[in-house]
Amino acid sequence: MDSHHSYSQVKGVSTGTTILAVKFNGGVIIGSDSRASMGESYVSSKTINKLIQVHDRIFCCIAGSLADAQAVTKMAKFQLSFHSIQMESPPLVKAAASIMRELCYNNKEELQAGFITAGWDRKKGPQIYVVSLGGMLLSQPYTIGGSGSTYIYGYVDAKFKPDMSLEEATQFSTNALALAMGRDNVSGGVVHLVVITEAEVKHVVVPGNKLPKFHDE
Amino acid sequence: TLEACCSRAWTSCFNSTSIMAVEFEGGVVIGADSRTTTGAYIANRVTDKLTPIHERIFCCRSGSAADTQAIADAVTYQLGFHSIELDEAPLVQTAASLFREMCYRYREELMAGIIVAGWDPRRGGQVYTVPVGGMMTRQPVSVGGSGSSYIYGYVDSNYRAGMSKEECLKFTAEALTLAMERDGSSGGVVRLAVVSEQGVERQVILGNQLPKFSTV
Repeated sequence: MDSHHSYSQVKGVSTGTTILAVKFNGGVIIGSDSRASMGESYVSSKTINKLIQVHDRIFCCIAGSLADAQAVTKMAKFQLSFHSIQMESPPLVKAAASIMRELCYNNKEELQAGFITAGWDRKKGPQIYVVSLGGMLLSQPYTIGGSGSTYIYGYVDAKFKPDMSLEEATQFSTNALALAMGRDNVSGGVVHLVVITEAEVKHVVVPGNKLPKFHDE
Repeated sequence: TLEACCSRAWTSCFNSTSIMAVEFEGGVVIGADSRTTTGAYIANRVTDKLTPIHERIFCCRSGSAADTQAIADAVTYQLGFHSIELDEAPLVQTAASLFREMCYRYREELMAGIIVAGWDPRRGGQVYTVPVGGMMTRQPVSVGGSGSSYIYGYVDSNYRAGMSKEECLKFTAEALTLAMERDGSSGGVVRLAVVSEQGVERQVILGNQLPKFSTV
């Protein structure tokens, strides 16, 4: 609808995407859709993976300019592994998020990218950090981003509960992404989820025909 | 967002709005927030955006306050005249068509997003949406205004066909509360109305009585 179109332009450049991260009992789930679009009517990729691994138990997902995001995450991955070697221990999630924040804040004039960093570390367990466009760093129990996120604010606000089980958190993430993909024309494809716990990192893909259906489908 | 819809300074705009209407067996439930803004100033924090057009037909208004009031007044007149000529209660579809005629014909000048909802003896409870641009379509549940973007996911996942009147009231109140919490331009109280064969029942949910969610 026209009125919604003008709102996304006023908000600024946003990748056609929906990303989210949610903390559950024992870990975090980070998830995204898989569509890359050029303009609003051409889907340049149906199966792109927007979840980038920056260290063993730390993942990032990006909202904004894909080029900027790739440059920042490449730099962050390098700095993080160097830091990890110096400290002789796996890096903290906050360290990863701080590196992203430094890069975003110091280059705020040129960059147009925001990040969700989520992972697990020995010190604080599962954590989620948001680094926004201008370089603000914020820790949250759950967060959503990208153009499709507008449509699911109400849903995640209503449905999130602290300390969910893995099954509940997976259902929550899949439903939220499916709802956003159903309303946002630049989000779509499959749902990519990465479950990060102390023990392992598991990548789950939910294909289009296995996504939850809602009343009007 | 307000510059986009108000080209003149100091124009009251409530594109900053959350409105909603749901059909149920026997009638409709309609709801709205209560905030009208002029730029960053809240001109009216207890606005009534649920406007009666006829005895059992209401409209929920979003967009420019001036435009929607003018359109609603014109349609109220036209529908009243039509109803007298016909000597029976007008159809909700007729009201919606009158809104559509005006919103489409003057689409360049107007900024109006309207949800028409009511009850008539022929088709029961009906909701018609007439968004900016002048399209008209019937929907079992419709949301509008700037706050509506945030609750599409919630409405899609929580709406079920065949809900009772009480379930619809709860659904509408919760959805509007979620929208008001996220949309800076929606807020105040939640105004609800039930339109059915029996007539119109209105209620107001004050800020401290709004449903609470664990994180909100």
